[in-house]
Amino acid sequence: MLTNADLLALHGTPGNFTATVNLRPRYIDADACTACGLCTQYCPRHHVDPYNEGLAITRPIHIDYAQAVPATYYIDPSSCLFLQHGTCQICVPVCQSHAINFNQKAEERTLHVGAVILSPGFGKIDPATLARFSYGKHPDVVTAFEFERMTTASGPFQGEIKCFSDGRHPKRIAFLQCVGSRDIGCDNGYCSSVCCMYAIKEALVTKEHDPEVDITIYYMDIRTQGKDFDAARDRAEAIGIKFVRARVADVTPWQNRLQLTYATLDGQHKFEPFDLVVLSVGLESPKDARRIADITKVDLNRYDFCATDSFNPLQTSQPGIVVAGAFQGPKDIPESVTQSSAAASLAAAAMKSARGKGVEVISYPDEQKVGAGEEPRIGVFVCHCGINISSVVDVAQVARYAGDMENVSYFTENLYSCSQDAQEVIKKKIKEHNLNRVVIAACSPRTHEPLFQETLRDAGLNRNLFEMVNIRDQCSWVHAGEPELATLKSRDLVRMAVCKARHIQPLPEQTVPVTPKALVIGAGVAGMTAALNLADQGFDSVLIEKGDSIGGNLRHLHHTLAGEAVQAHLQDLVAKVGASKHIELVCNAELAQTSGFIGNFSSVIVSGKGPDKVEQTVDHGVIIVATGGREHRPDKYLLGKSKKVLTQQELEKQLAGKAKNRAPGSVLMIQCAGSRGDDLQYCSKVCCNHALKNILKIKELNPQAQIIVLYRDMRAYGFAEDAYLQARKMGVVFIPYELDRKPEVTEKGAKVQVRFFDSIMQEEVVMSPDLVALSVGIVPDDTDTLSKLLKLPVTANSFFLEAHVKLRPVEMAVSGVYVCGLAHGPKPVDETIVQAQAAAAKAAIPLVKGYVKVDPIVSSVEQDKCIGCGLCVSLCPYGAIVMHKVDGKRKAETISASCKACGICAAHCPTFAISMGGFTNEQINSQIEAFGDRAQTVKA
Amino acid sequence: MGKAIHQREGAVMILGGGIAGIQAALDLTELGFYVYLVEKSPAVGGVMAQLDKTFPTNDCAL
Repeated sequence: MLTNADLLALHGTPGNFTATVNLRPRYIDADACTACGLCTQYCPRHHVDPYNEGLAITRPIHIDYAQAVPATYYIDPSSCLFLQHGTCQICVPVCQSHAINFNQKAEERTLHVGAVILSPGFGKIDPATLARFSYGKHPDVVTAFEFERMTTASGPFQGEIKCFSDGRHPKRIAFLQCVGSRDIGCDNGYCSSVCCMYAIKEALVTKEHDPEVDITIYYMDIRTQGKDFDAARDRAEAIGIKFVRARVADVTPWQNRLQLTYATLDGQHKFEPFDLVVLSVGLESPKDARRIADITKVDLNRYDFCATDSFNPLQTSQPGIVVAGAFQGPKDIPESVTQSSAAASLAAAAMKSARGKGVEVISYPDEQKVGAGEEPRIGVFVCHCGINISSVVDVAQVARYAGDMENVSYFTENLYSCSQDAQEVIKKKIKEHNLNRVVIAACSPRTHEPLFQETLRDAGLNRNLFEMVNIRDQCSWVHAGEPELATLKSRDLVRMAVCKARHIQPLPEQTVPVTPKALVIGAGVAGMTAALNLADQGFDSVLIEKGDSIGGNLRHLHHTLAGEAVQAHLQDLVAKVGASKHIELVCNAELAQTSGFIGNFSSVIVSGKGPDKVEQTVDHGVIIVATGGREHRPDKYLLGKSKKVLTQQELEKQLAGKAKNRAPGSVLMIQCAGSRGDDLQYCSKVCCNHALKNILKIKELNPQAQIIVLYRDMRAYGFAEDAYLQARKMGVVFIPYELDRKPEVTEKGAKVQVRFFDSIMQEEVVMSPDLVALSVGIVPDDTDTLSKLLKLPVTANSFFLEAHVKLRPVEMAVSGVYVCGLAHGPKPVDETIVQAQAAAAKAAIPLVKGYVKVDPIVSSVEQDKCIGCGLCVSLCPYGAIVMHKVDGKRKAETISASCKACGICAAHCPTFAISMGGFTNEQINSQIEAFGDRAQTVKA
Repeated sequence: MGKAIHQREGAVMILGGGIAGIQAALDLTELGFYVYLVEKSPAVGGVMAQLDKTFPTNDCAL
């Protein structure tokens, strides 16, 4: 990890790049700094805090936020008194770990790398663009980034939302969408794709703070096209957040408030006063995009984002260099996370031969045996955390108190238990006093438990012979005003930990071997891309397809919105799948049965029909679900009844054909036909762009064609906004309709008649177009069977549910199963390809390792006590418990590799037969008993 | 990620340590490669570390 670092140069070819990186000095020795924060308290100089978007003041010597990685303070040279004027240096003697070093110099480093991933993020809109909204002129006009900090507990007002002008709580807040995006004025024609979501989120959070506050969101189109995003918008509307379709012309200070001027769709001019105005500013290409392009020679698009194409969405114009995240185009967190995994798989495939060569393997001394009968010898270490704990808690008293307890063979205090030298001390004391249990009373196990466990392993102790007490968060921080009570509570917590420690036992470090093969279900673009990527990384897969030919929905598409030929790419994919020695393709095949767990699945695949029916068993380590989806066919608007009513997919086929008048003279399109609260509750994400694609094709074939689009929100997110603008410039008419006034399609003789309410003219219109095109949405192909077979959860809309919508977007709750493509949710082809590559990256991880590590904190069933009721099996959300017969009796057994240690089984077992490693009933009971037992546990 | 050794086989450079860069780095190390994560600011985390909650579930961003 090289922070404070700039890329200066990059030369070479794939597999052999040389990068020059400049490391700017932090002026603080990262290894010595313990992040105690004393230096910031003593630093006399003010510094505008960029982490808080400039809304708060910090000091030149600081850390951006408590959880920052590396957890090392740094000095911002732009405002440090010593670095600017040669004075001060107060921080140097203040720092008790002597970490401050003003002699640090910038350092240039040369790195030899085989591949490069560009993920520089995005830039922010120039404040000049925001001036017409009085930003910079009135303090109560803020950007959404600033507002985000204002709503945060770690922000400038500790989460209280106040007006900057006079500190009052705002009663009326306006959000202005599309500031700096979809805005030709600042040359950002594209849609930033995230602002609608964050505005709704911030509005919801604000309502949580103060339910009385009145919030209006001014928008052109609400683009909540992501999976289940519309539901959040509905939630916002339900709690009274108002959505007004209007572009705000300007914001002017008026008395002590702000006045908005805007025009609504029906042509009315309106004025509206607000206390606080939030500008939903867009994402720009990173500030240093051109510099990065100069150094790496990658091409940029017209908006200075990295240029890529729909079928290779992450490949830059330079071989060996891939892109991920917002630099590829504005996008949200899950898309970025997905792209990153995909980029990792591309880099891994390109460097297959060098895999494992650069990685160090850490070795530990042999583990000392600690038997169940052996007397516990507990060492207690109590941490001062600089003054973080010791300024409130009497650390010496707590340590002495622990020392008086039975089985405590050693106790001491540490200034910083986490420092490098403290680890050496802990190791030495373990050996010296023959300790077999260690209790550390310090900060949070969330951040530091792994470090201390590592120290135990280094000292030859099993890492589970460790108990951590958080006397910082739970004592010195929350009871800062009551030092005596905080000390008493620290004693209580330490006593409880020591009592538990008497009962803790070493837990084995288990690993399970992995069958290095994948099962990929579904041979559409998602399944094929995933299997090919795994093949590029050197892994075999069995690719099964239920139909008799492969290609999925790609077979029905002809060109992309950007104009790329789809069929050529499909043929290329099919040829590669056929030629790959790593892929075994089975058509007309279905998964009949799967047993096992991550690394060790065994599946029965049935292919063919009747007498040709074949059953085969495949052993594999992972499963990629790419079962896809299809066009929804609503029984509405005369679809299937009139030849003049087509779906967009059918229209695309007609336009790609050879018929003479395939692009008719008048076309009316109806968006969301059957979607968003109709047959389907959700938005299908692709239909607006599909309509735009067909519109441009019609106009190309027949420039005179009259096209009207009836829509609810045109969701031409990202760079597709350019196509939307182009269509409007060509004279295509876009008219929004409301749910309570849906268009009606009827047959009149040989013609179709469409009746709709024109919200611009404010009148009912009847017309007879040559053709009606319906944007119909996407439904998943049968997810029910597979969901039952593999115990995979699905959403209310029958798409597979990922393990975590933000951070684990292609993994499933069941370990070793990954999802991509339309089976996960509606998405266009480029996003499908990325997701398939990401799924291949995640699936390759256990295959590369060759084993799966099992966390020792898993459940285990005491077979004697188990009565075979099966309650645990039905409750386990991960399919990690199975029933089997032992001497003719049903018994439960945990599959350690699948167990996530949630504890549901242990809590429900009627005979207490199940216990959790590290959290046995005995251990927890002894802890609880110790809580109410202030006197007894002390040595006699 | 250990001390930087400059001559490594099987290394990948990632420019930018926001959520995208971090995720790519984590996946690549799991896939058996050494990663140089080059970040211009003093800490990794990027913009996501500045967010309070995330859409649509309002989970904590940090």
